Amino acid sequence: MDNNDNQTTAVVAEIKPSPSAFRVIVREFLKDKVAIVSLALALIIMVGSFVWTLFIPNDLVTSVNIMDRYLAPGVNGFILGTDDGGRDIFLYLVVAARNSIFIGVSVAVLNELIGIVLGTISGYFGGLVDNLIMRVVDFWMVLPGNLIIIVLVTIVPNYNQFKLIGIMTLFSWMGTVRLIRSQVLSQGRRDYVMASKTSGTSNLRIMFGGVLPNISSIIITDLTLTIASSIGLESGLAFLGFGLPNNTPSLGTLIGYATQPEIIVDRWWVWLPAALLLLVLSMSINFVGQALKRSADSRQRRG
Amino acid sequence: MWKTILRRFLVMIPQLILLSVMVFVLAKMMPGDPFTGLITPQTDPAHIAQLRAQAGLNDPWWTQYFRWVANLFQGDMGQSYAFKRPVTGLIGDRAVNTFWLSLVTLIVAYTVAIPLGVIAGRFEDSMRDKVIQVYTFVLLAVPSFVFLLFALLLFGYVLEWFPTSGYVSLEADPGTFGYFLSRIQHILLPAITAGLLSTSGTIQYLRAGVIDNTNEDFVRTARSKGVPERVVFSKHILRNSLLPIAAFMGNSITGLLGGSIFVETIFSYQGMGQLFISSIGTRDYSVITALTLLFGFLTLLGNLLSDIIMSIVDPRIRVE
Repeated sequence: MDNNDNQTTAVVAEIKPSPSAFRVIVREFLKDKVAIVSLALALIIMVGSFVWTLFIPNDLVTSVNIMDRYLAPGVNGFILGTDDGGRDIFLYLVVAARNSIFIGVSVAVLNELIGIVLGTISGYFGGLVDNLIMRVVDFWMVLPGNLIIIVLVTIVPNYNQFKLIGIMTLFSWMGTVRLIRSQVLSQGRRDYVMASKTSGTSNLRIMFGGVLPNISSIIITDLTLTIASSIGLESGLAFLGFGLPNNTPSLGTLIGYATQPEIIVDRWWVWLPAALLLLVLSMSINFVGQALKRSADSRQRRG
Repeated sequence: MWKTILRRFLVMIPQLILLSVMVFVLAKMMPGDPFTGLITPQTDPAHIAQLRAQAGLNDPWWTQYFRWVANLFQGDMGQSYAFKRPVTGLIGDRAVNTFWLSLVTLIVAYTVAIPLGVIAGRFEDSMRDKVIQVYTFVLLAVPSFVFLLFALLLFGYVLEWFPTSGYVSLEADPGTFGYFLSRIQHILLPAITAGLLSTSGTIQYLRAGVIDNTNEDFVRTARSKGVPERVVFSKHILRNSLLPIAAFMGNSITGLLGGSIFVETIFSYQGMGQLFISSIGTRDYSVITALTLLFGFLTLLGNLLSDIIMSIVDPRIRVE
């Protein structure tokens, strides 16, 4: 009898509900020190730049002080020195980081929204709709995106940062649609979707109430990685001179000073801090993304 | 197999038409026209209007579009307003530079990526594998232009191993051996850095391919027949893992072209990417239009090439 009792408790213990997605992610991060440090760094840079900007006067970018031109770090109390307009590089860097992060996050969020809507429709309904959406995606992917973005940036009237977000989104949404479509496609064949269908649940409820929560961890992973790549793209465009409008600093604008041979070595403080900040930011967001990716796939988990 | 290739060509035609319409619309959105550069305070507006009418700029858009396409087929892409010469010749000169840069980049990329991918896959989870994994990950996470810039700073300015700009030294005489050497010297740094940047994808594919194939039935069969391990690896595992890499080559053209804007700008290398950026600066719209179309066309061609190679090496995806 005793023996039998033990067995029952053992079985009961085994069918504990599987841990929630959030718990899985927390466990994965606790097992991975690099990911925790990355998360902390990314959060400090992202939140820090937003909060700090509130205390920086708005006329920083437009004010010019010829007397303080190209001061080396430390001189006259400028921690990171000054640029060609005598502006404080450190404060400029904070505003630039804020702007680049804002653009990157906005583009990534828009990408996910488009991806969720089109990808879910395409993967769930299949058939003609799926075919149509996928052909559009295929065609859009072969367009020379970088070139068209640059052309649009130069010819769009009343150019501002919201138009930049729109233009960048226009040429970066395709990958997310493909990803979400393939995930929805594999979910759509599972029993719970079939069961919901037979019991008469509406398509909309199955899609957004059933399928979407099940692929949420993949969406969060993709969002994270897209934030990193969008910040990279924005900085790259600004580096070439086609990012944010002239009066709005971006990390790329500062790094762009390095294209002038007289600045790259002799006045390194103008561009190097921005390049390093972008490097750290991009790497840490990517590390966080990798940890999220592992927790989304039970075979790869460490925790 | 010919059916697959033919079908693939047919798919490309509507894509090509769509691409040309898009570029045409983009060109029409650009301010100015070929005669804007001629306008001076002394010019009679009526004269310009007459020139515009003669060039057919008042025609309905579809007439203009078909005239534009017809000109394209004759190799006429208009005049560069900044360089005062036909766009076709101008791009042709730059395309040669970009071609050599891309070729060396590809060679570097594959000579680095293939051994690394094979080692990582063959010795899965070993120390070597982990180091290679970290390498591919770092390359993926670093914004490419920052990587290029650091390479230029370190090897161009600090160590002074390579020239920092241009595609050939100004003192070199064309046709001499010194000229050839100078070109190699100018190509190496951009090609090596750009090549390293594009290794991560190949390494990851190859690693996964080697690991997957090692667990395949045909490998177990070969081993149980007593085929030496060396032969099993080179003939069965490696060969099957390299096939997708071969097919991927066409697609990597796309990546190279997209990246050429950054590589050529940072290293001041006079190729098509740098021409594009400088033309945007001078508002040389006929050059911009032509380059956008050309990059799109080359991307289509790269994808076509990939699909064709894939259908040659993998009979399963052929259409009957």
